[in-house]
Amino acid sequence: MTRLSWWLLAGVLLAAALSLAAGKVWVPLDAWTAADPRSIIIVELRLPRTILALAVGAGLGVSGAAMQGYLRNPLADPGLFGVSSGAAFGAVCALYFGYAVQAWLLPGFALAGAAATMAALALIAGRSGSLILFTLAGMILTSITGSLTALAISLAPTPFVASEIVTWLMGALTDRSWDDVRVAVPLIAAGIALLARTGRSLDALTLGEQAARSMGVDPRRLQLAVIAGIALAVGASVAAAGIIGFVGLIVPHLVRPFAGHRPSATLLPSALGGALLLTVADCVVRLAPTVSELRLGIAMSMLGGPFFFYLLVSMRRRLA
Amino acid sequence: MTVLAAQRLSLTLGGKPVLHAVEAAFAAGRVTALLGPNGAGKSSLLACLAGLQHPVAGRAMLGEGDVRALPAQQRARRIGFLPQAADVHWNIDVATLVGLGRLPWRGRWGETDEDRAAVTQALAATGMAGFARRGVEHLSGGERARALLARVLAGRPEWLLADEPLASLDPAHQLEVGAQLRAVAAAGSGVVLVVHDLNLAARLADDVVLLRDGGVIAAGPAATTLTATLVGETYGLTVETGITASGQRYIVPVATTS
Repeated sequence: MTRLSWWLLAGVLLAAALSLAAGKVWVPLDAWTAADPRSIIIVELRLPRTILALAVGAGLGVSGAAMQGYLRNPLADPGLFGVSSGAAFGAVCALYFGYAVQAWLLPGFALAGAAATMAALALIAGRSGSLILFTLAGMILTSITGSLTALAISLAPTPFVASEIVTWLMGALTDRSWDDVRVAVPLIAAGIALLARTGRSLDALTLGEQAARSMGVDPRRLQLAVIAGIALAVGASVAAAGIIGFVGLIVPHLVRPFAGHRPSATLLPSALGGALLLTVADCVVRLAPTVSELRLGIAMSMLGGPFFFYLLVSMRRRLA
Repeated sequence: MTVLAAQRLSLTLGGKPVLHAVEAAFAAGRVTALLGPNGAGKSSLLACLAGLQHPVAGRAMLGEGDVRALPAQQRARRIGFLPQAADVHWNIDVATLVGLGRLPWRGRWGETDEDRAAVTQALAATGMAGFARRGVEHLSGGERARALLARVLAGRPEWLLADEPLASLDPAHQLEVGAQLRAVAAAGSGVVLVVHDLNLAARLADDVVLLRDGGVIAAGPAATTLTATLVGETYGLTVETGITASGQRYIVPVATTS
């Protein structure tokens, strides 16, 4: 591990400790071992929530880094270019048909949706690494999955289902239980493990597809690994927390200069950075003085939108 | 001595025939230039020799075996391929870029001393040692071309296949990098280059293969193949050849014949 990763790991541990303590009720960390009545807050509420924030953040961060490396595009993000929307559409189908009663069906549908959109993106824009092709494809996929989701909402059998879908879509980690952790964390971990193994191929891809193949990279295997890894990490994240955008855009961009711009060297720091960012953001929304809790997905968009804009402005000479 | 060869090699790209039954052999220890007009199939032939394209008929042979039958890592170690006008998509530094050439050799546990030595040697050979920590985005076109060549050299391949490696270089660097390519051949590797500049080919190449419309017009030692007649036929040109005061052969296009 590099020095950057150690610093990020230290940050992650601090943020996790803060996340266990912070909220409407401040609970000191030593309360959970004793026969303190507040221990239930930590063990049943804050601990699963913190674990989910860490896992979802790490999954989204590493997915963003892998997607950027694979598409050779610093603006790629699973949340912005259709993959999260695809997962959300899959999950909404599960909610719509009432399949969500089975714990594994909603994540299953979300995974399928994420895999389908990521596969479409990879097939359209993966080989060429063209920025315009990818951006347009991502835009169209986002709009298609978005309108299908809107269709499902408008056709919802009862207002209750409609409001359930809408609330869930906005993205949050409120009131998540150990059941959510048990389903999401192994899937996200599997996705991260798959993506972590693509580092060497992503490095070779820096020189373009033909050069990468001449260096022994199998483009089909790489494509499969990227699609499966992102589908697992993003699909399970969306199933657990709804759509949370921009983590996969912001974090790889921030760690890249410290990793010497090398795609393989950004993967681990992006996972740690994503976990750190999302855990801190989740503490902030809990502590924000709003009447009802600020939705995490909305908070990330409010942070990420301006960041994306800043990226565009700073890159405009290269993009033009 | 191993030989890289195309045997009755035909290639179709997107339904369009690109190469027809090309026969060509390349010798280790020599520099061979592929010459021909745009669309003659030079880059396609090079990609087939590198095992990157699947011929519809015939095959590319490395020694006794089909190039495409080699395991990917073996092929990557033996054949170094430098694509045309290669992009570098991230702003990695030159040492990291050149280090990518060691990927086919790299074991599970990261860099070895041999990897580092190969990178250092490749940087020195291309005159890029002073740029090792410079980001790729801050290089001039010529520096970038040399860094990309260093990447292939770092793999220490038996065969170096390069698509127009000298195209974006100024004349001084063309000669310098050209001398480097000749040194690679002198050390025993086979060097196959796509070249557009006839005079550069005359200067660098031991052998030439003249291609037109996906077929071989002529192949052989540069001195006897780069004649006014054959070059004229290949490009549809009237050309004049001669020898400079210092003994360099030159080839000057005078007019188009078609």
